[in-house]
Amino acid sequence: MNAVRRNGLGLLAWFAGVVFFLPIAWMALTSFHSESDAATNPPSFTAALTLDGYREFFGVDGGASPWPALINSTVASLASTLLVLLLALPAAYALSIRPVRKWTDVLFFFLSTKMLPVVAGLLPIYLFAKNTGLLDNIWLLVLLYTSMNLPIAVWMMQSFLAEVPVAVIEAAQLDGARLPTVLARVVAPIAAPGIAATALICFIFSWNELLFARVLTGVVAETAPVFLTGFITSQGLFLAKVCAASLVISLPVLAAGFAAQDKLVQGLSLGAVK
Amino acid sequence: MTATTTAPITATPVRTGDKPNARLRAWATRAPLLPALIFMIAATQLPFVATLVISFFDWNSLYPDARGFAGFANYGEVLTDPDLRRSVWTTILLTVAVVLASLVLGLVLALLLDRRFRGRGIVRTLLIAPFLVVPVAAALLWKHVLYNPEYGLFNGLLHYVGGPQPDWISKTPLLAVEASLVWQWTPFMMLILLAGLQSRDHQQIEAARVDGASDWQIFRHLTLPHLRRYLELGALLGSIYIVQNFDAVFTITSGGLGTANLPYTVYQTFYQAHENGLASAAGVLVVIGSIIIATFALRVVSSLFREEVGRS
Repeated sequence: MNAVRRNGLGLLAWFAGVVFFLPIAWMALTSFHSESDAATNPPSFTAALTLDGYREFFGVDGGASPWPALINSTVASLASTLLVLLLALPAAYALSIRPVRKWTDVLFFFLSTKMLPVVAGLLPIYLFAKNTGLLDNIWLLVLLYTSMNLPIAVWMMQSFLAEVPVAVIEAAQLDGARLPTVLARVVAPIAAPGIAATALICFIFSWNELLFARVLTGVVAETAPVFLTGFITSQGLFLAKVCAASLVISLPVLAAGFAAQDKLVQGLSLGAVK
Repeated sequence: MTATTTAPITATPVRTGDKPNARLRAWATRAPLLPALIFMIAATQLPFVATLVISFFDWNSLYPDARGFAGFANYGEVLTDPDLRRSVWTTILLTVAVVLASLVLGLVLALLLDRRFRGRGIVRTLLIAPFLVVPVAAALLWKHVLYNPEYGLFNGLLHYVGGPQPDWISKTPLLAVEASLVWQWTPFMMLILLAGLQSRDHQQIEAARVDGASDWQIFRHLTLPHLRRYLELGALLGSIYIVQNFDAVFTITSGGLGTANLPYTVYQTFYQAHENGLASAAGVLVVIGSIIIATFALRVVSSLFREEVGRS
């Protein structure tokens, strides 16, 4: 009896997993259909598979190429992640290994900025960019993504660095190592998995961001999510292409997210759940 | 959070004016923190102050000469204009519905996944996937691939059972947006609650079982109280992200059919209507709403934080 129930609940979990995954599986299948097979009612499960959707998306048969947008997203996400790490590592060090007075207050200040909605500063940032000619400039996005992710990074890394034994650091300091050396040679290697997880989450957030990119970029600095918004009004003519585009652009995040499932929760819950 | 080695430090009092050495050391301790701190203040607090200032002006960027001080008029307009007022209401409705639904679903899924069964790892991966689709892509998926009345998957499946084939987005626009968000956010809630379930005291549960407690009694009197903080954390973090939602509203309905929430309205008010003062006032209202949520969120996070520090 107990075994029956246990199996039943396992089956229920499987059912839930399949239901939640179904839209993604369907999107993947549709992306390999021809446009005419993709837009049928009832849906076709057995239509011939083709790479036309992907060919269309990459602009092989004419049309706008997504490459500039993909490259912009890569540059913006990687550059801001790097900048976040450069700023967050010393800050987290000061907060965890050699705590400053009132360290929890400082931590909570960082956290509170994360709760300031993007729209709270969007207009002045837009006006500033317009007046200084920084509109449609990928480096402005890099700075904004850095401010978006820095609080999370400081929080996460603070908890990772706290696990570095203080004795090791003191030994290095006795040998005359200065802060940058200590961080690079002693702290970073020990806390490497945590730093990697932090970087991954910052990358994902930057890659996903739409509102800043939509308002502040146009032709030159367009990012992948902004490129996707071009499909909002497509009337079904390009269903396979929409699916191919959505999948390709989601791929880096899906890969990164699967690789770091546990760290993802910890990062998203701002380090409160471990 | 194992920030235990760092329990509040008592060394180096700051006010040691007559001992330059100590003061220097205090600054050396703080110095690594400063770049991040200054960057955060410049990038988040300054623009907000600017938004606050602009919110008191009557300023349409198409008529820059007609700019003038307006006092609280913009706020009055946000709160009385039926469209803007509706977007305040939509924001509340959207946030509450999505957070509650994804929290309940996430709890059920977390309880299912907390048990051992064959293929648990695969099921967990399947369940996390929706959260890892780029938000715009997820919204496009729902808009075109699932909801479309003619060739969407939903009506395609309904075709086989001979059900009605409604136009989901125009018939139930807000629900359509909410369903897509619940799909994306349920995995997040599940992950947080799963972490909570796995941090339970298993000895205590065994003891209760030995004493003859039923599964329901264990859930009601042990699991649920333990999960309370995690439920609160999920609800508050979810609220903070969903109050700000732009991607789904923008993509699925473009704010039409009564689905425009405050972030979308702010975007539209300055980006399309060029009403800078009005947009800023609406933005400040979003901030006030967020501060109310954030006050609770900070309290929850800090109590979890203290618990962890206290435990070890």
